[in-house]
Amino acid sequence: MKKRSYASLLLILLAACLALAGCGGKKNAEGGTLAAIKERGKVIAGVKYDTKLFGLKDPATGKVEGFDIDIAKALAKKILGDENKVELKEVTSKTRIPLLQNGDIDLIIATMTITEDRKKQVDFSDVYFEAGQSLLVKKGSAIKGVGDLKKGTKVLAVKGSTSTKNIREKAPDATVLEFENYQDAFTALKAGQGDALTTDNAILLGMQKQDPNYELVGGNFTDEPYGIAIKKGDAEFVKAVNDLLKEMKESGEYDKLYEQWMGVKPE
Amino acid sequence: MDFAGAYSWPNLSFILQGFGVTLLVAALSIVFSFVLGTILGAIRYARIPILYRLLAVIIDLIRNLPLLLIIYFIYIVLPLVGIKLPLLWAAISALTIFEGAMISEIVRGGLNSVDRGQIEAARSSGLSYMQTMRLIILPLALRRMVPPIVSQFISLLKDTSLCVIILLPEMMHNIQILQGHSPKYVIPSLILAAVLYFAVNYTLSIIARRLEAKTI
Amino acid sequence: MTGKFDIHILFDHWDRFLEGFLHTIASSALALVGSFILGTIIAVMRIAPLKPLNWIGTAYVEFIRNIPLLLVVFVFFLGLPTLGVPLDGFTSGTLGLMVYTASFIAEAIRAGIQSVPSGQSEAARATGLSYMQTMLHIILPQAIKIVLPSISNQFINLVKNSSILAVVSGFDLMYYADLINADTFLPLTVYTIVALFYLILTLPLSMAVHYMERRFRAADR
Repeated sequence: MKKRSYASLLLILLAACLALAGCGGKKNAEGGTLAAIKERGKVIAGVKYDTKLFGLKDPATGKVEGFDIDIAKALAKKILGDENKVELKEVTSKTRIPLLQNGDIDLIIATMTITEDRKKQVDFSDVYFEAGQSLLVKKGSAIKGVGDLKKGTKVLAVKGSTSTKNIREKAPDATVLEFENYQDAFTALKAGQGDALTTDNAILLGMQKQDPNYELVGGNFTDEPYGIAIKKGDAEFVKAVNDLLKEMKESGEYDKLYEQWMGVKPE
Repeated sequence: MDFAGAYSWPNLSFILQGFGVTLLVAALSIVFSFVLGTILGAIRYARIPILYRLLAVIIDLIRNLPLLLIIYFIYIVLPLVGIKLPLLWAAISALTIFEGAMISEIVRGGLNSVDRGQIEAARSSGLSYMQTMRLIILPLALRRMVPPIVSQFISLLKDTSLCVIILLPEMMHNIQILQGHSPKYVIPSLILAAVLYFAVNYTLSIIARRLEAKTI
Repeated sequence: MTGKFDIHILFDHWDRFLEGFLHTIASSALALVGSFILGTIIAVMRIAPLKPLNWIGTAYVEFIRNIPLLLVVFVFFLGLPTLGVPLDGFTSGTLGLMVYTASFIAEAIRAGIQSVPSGQSEAARATGLSYMQTMLHIILPQAIKIVLPSISNQFINLVKNSSILAVVSGFDLMYYADLINADTFLPLTVYTIVALFYLILTLPLSMAVHYMERRFRAADR
């Protein structure tokens, strides 16, 4: 009886696999994200909750604040007339694309680098922030740059970020440990689980501000242009977002926001 | 270690908020998984044709997979084949399905353990199958199942912590946000979380022991 | 597009799937041995004729089995380093699994010990064996035979629970599933393959447990 259950189990699994092989992903044909937003009355933005300067949740106030959040608010103001008509949903580098594709969020504004691979999955707006990958180490560490990441060095990164692929190329001998999100990775770094943390300099800057015992070293060794990600095929919404970015740059609002968060004027 | 900082009112209330979500998800999942598990267990016990064999396979599959995988699968993968669930319900569904499968085994075992003599006596005194089930078998079986089922509920409460990977704002998730703000909060927050989980679960196990003592 | 099922991933990323699979097995096996030993010690402590030991054993079991595994692992991964003992993801995860599972195994073994007929220990003591000798040579061997099915169940739980390693960068199956998914954008395929890997481990164990349970029930007649 048990033998037969096992066999029928395997048969069902096999059948399921074959059936799934024939399935494509489902695409919901709606009137486009813009229409959905207007009907719903709010913009749902996928943002980070773990990244100081871009999207960080403050347990004390319960608010999520950052550069990305302010852009989301500006978008709500443009489309719906009220910057508060925005609902923020927490995403991590690992979960953001699936959530966008599921329709859970209208767009991703979460320190997301534009890459060719990702362009196959989602559409991107114009670049809204220029970052570069760098390293964060404890003050006084012997590591001064990516060249110091030799065999036996442990580098911490986040699952799903471009940083993981890049660091494996630039420092192939180092051990890369990947975590669920940036605060997990930073907590692990502070607990001594690694020698360095690698991601975009802007994110690392935020970490340095949170804990001055840690500092950026080595400068940028890649270019990480951030884009706002939108569900594939929605050209109308991409245009709306690009228009917003252009307006913000022309009106000076972009520069103001940049300086407010980064502390320096954009180049 | 900064206990005062970690337990300052805003931080404390943030941790408690997380615990509130933990309790909410656990409570709902407990109710749903109990209903689901009982129905599934009864179907398997009654050997309803075709269905019971199909269920046996599905339940075996689910019981033998890691809950972490099931949670992630339901929230991230299922939408790709058309089944979309919002965060809270994805968490509740994953827990319900997994624990429901576990409970169905407990129920099936409990029903099987009812002495055949009781059933035969009931049937020969004129009771129908459904009446026998309702008045004789289920009550006897349920009493025996109380300890393992409560034990499963305790597991469920603990397993809500796994939903941290889909960013459910439950206790472990909020604690990690807190820890991100200062490494000095790590140990105090872990201790508080442990105490809270322990308090609820230990109480549940005491209730189970009382219930068991009251029955045959 | 990502709802696609593309079996080629299995071959393209075979080395990572395999490494994850081996780490999962290694972690589960190590934790099983460790929790068996620890669980036995705790079980004996609980029934030893020494009140302080009883108390420690009971406190251990009652506390550990009522808190989540994730929390226990975090204590090893994040808590210990602040006290000066840095343990990597795999080690913290495995130790966490061990400490956690030991509380359940301790209970199973205690039940097993107490179901060995008291006549056995009385006879043993009457022939001059000390408490420890009685335990080691007479009681425990019989108790362990009784609890073998439930310990095997714990092994299945360990294999499933080992997935916790994914959260602390422990290089197990779930961890590599996340990494391969990030590279391929094919979650349906990746996580289904990983599910199959887990089933390859847990289903045979499950069948073994069924078999053992039936044999022991028959042997009891």
